[in-house]
Amino acid sequence: MNTQDHISQAYNDELEEVRSKVLTMGGLVEDHFQGATKALLKGDTELASDIAKYDYKVNALEVEIDDDCTSLIARRQPTAGDLRNVFAVIKIVTDLERIGDESEKIASFVTELSVDTKSMTIYNSLKSMIKTAREILSAALDCYARLDAKQALEVAKLDEDLDSNFNDLKRTLITYLIEDVKNIEDFIRVMWCARSIERVGDHAKNICQYVVYVAHGNDIRHITDQKD
Amino acid sequence: MPNQDELELLQELGDTVGTPKLKEKVRMSCNHVDVFYNETAQAIFDVSVDLGKNQILAMIGPSGCGKSTLLRCLNRMNDTIDGCIVNGEITLDGEDIYNKTIDPVLLRANVGMVFQKPNPFPKSIYDNVAYGPRLHGLTKNASELDDLVEESLTKAGLWKETKDRLNKPGTGLSGGQQQRLCIARTIAVKPEVILMDEPTSALDPIATATIEELMYDLKSSYTIAVVTHSMQQAARISDRTAYFHLGRLVEVNNTDDVFTNPEHKLTENYITGRFG
Repeated sequence: MNTQDHISQAYNDELEEVRSKVLTMGGLVEDHFQGATKALLKGDTELASDIAKYDYKVNALEVEIDDDCTSLIARRQPTAGDLRNVFAVIKIVTDLERIGDESEKIASFVTELSVDTKSMTIYNSLKSMIKTAREILSAALDCYARLDAKQALEVAKLDEDLDSNFNDLKRTLITYLIEDVKNIEDFIRVMWCARSIERVGDHAKNICQYVVYVAHGNDIRHITDQKD
Repeated sequence: MPNQDELELLQELGDTVGTPKLKEKVRMSCNHVDVFYNETAQAIFDVSVDLGKNQILAMIGPSGCGKSTLLRCLNRMNDTIDGCIVNGEITLDGEDIYNKTIDPVLLRANVGMVFQKPNPFPKSIYDNVAYGPRLHGLTKNASELDDLVEESLTKAGLWKETKDRLNKPGTGLSGGQQQRLCIARTIAVKPEVILMDEPTSALDPIATATIEELMYDLKSSYTIAVVTHSMQQAARISDRTAYFHLGRLVEVNNTDDVFTNPEHKLTENYITGRFG
């Protein structure tokens, strides 16, 4: 990535402002996900209600950043690394907004749960999934902040562990669904939460792929699909 | 003079990156071209690049980078400059255009040129277009000449606007129309290649869009090389883009690649507005 300044200082400032807003949005989304999953593990409905309330901040930032990017394209006609950067920002904020939505979903399921997840046998698996998802999200945002493509490739690989954890947890939950019909609604809620956590990993992986695109111009999305 | 950073980058420069040479459908070819003004001042350093058939090659770079100098070598316009020496080889359909047997006047009919400022002759619209065909004896009679003038003006997108005023002076047209008249004059002598040196820099955006659309249409019949200071124009119209810096051809690639993911840092710095 080119770190040299543009001739136009105003252009530098505009690009830096957009980048800074993406990092702010990333931080906000990370906090929401952290809070929602903490509420899920602790059965903290009060915290969950707070999280569900504040998703609008993430949505507002998405709109603001998209607007900034539209303006940058119209007024500056970015090219090469700058173009890839602006394009990646537009895609990244969509992923961040969806992570915000997943956090909101988790938070609202927590408010509906009638049992504490701690009492469930899958608690440790859920905790482990959450830990991995938090790590991937945090590392993906770090890679964007530093535009570290090499690290982004490593982080993107961690999503496979999360997918595998989710599949294991899903299989276990299905067994419980069959055996313990009385608590079926809670199991489904936890299943949806686990699904949201898994989706957060997917979005974080997307962010990593955009970091590679910004840094090197290689679009590495769907490479395995093409091989299939 | 290049600054220290640029000097360091130039020292690191090896061969031109990208795809300067084409495997097939080559119309013109520059091979290891050096250009000197008065022996001591070298303007072009070892440039090799192909112009593909039915393609537009955009030549971009900061002022003084040598892009116009190279363009003018392609139809020996530099012959008229005292002390200008061109080394290396430039071919049109495989034939060296600097061979002593080549008549520069005939060469310039084959490789026409359109300049930055529209320069119609102080003659009628008809005579402007008919001038070249008359000079080269391309038509047998007045009727054939009429047809050729109509065909050229039609190709240049100017026929509808001028068919009822062919005897009026060419200089009475608007800037954009004058430039299209110059293009009509160029294509009237049936060239294979059209060189354009900043053809729209003196025109308003509407006239510019008309010329760009015309260039797009013309490339199905001709090979075009265009020097432009507008990177957006290069991005819009060209198939390949060549970036020049301090007389070196730094990079040639498909235009999509140059504007989304250039290979050379100098190209990236220039097209993203990081140095002047």
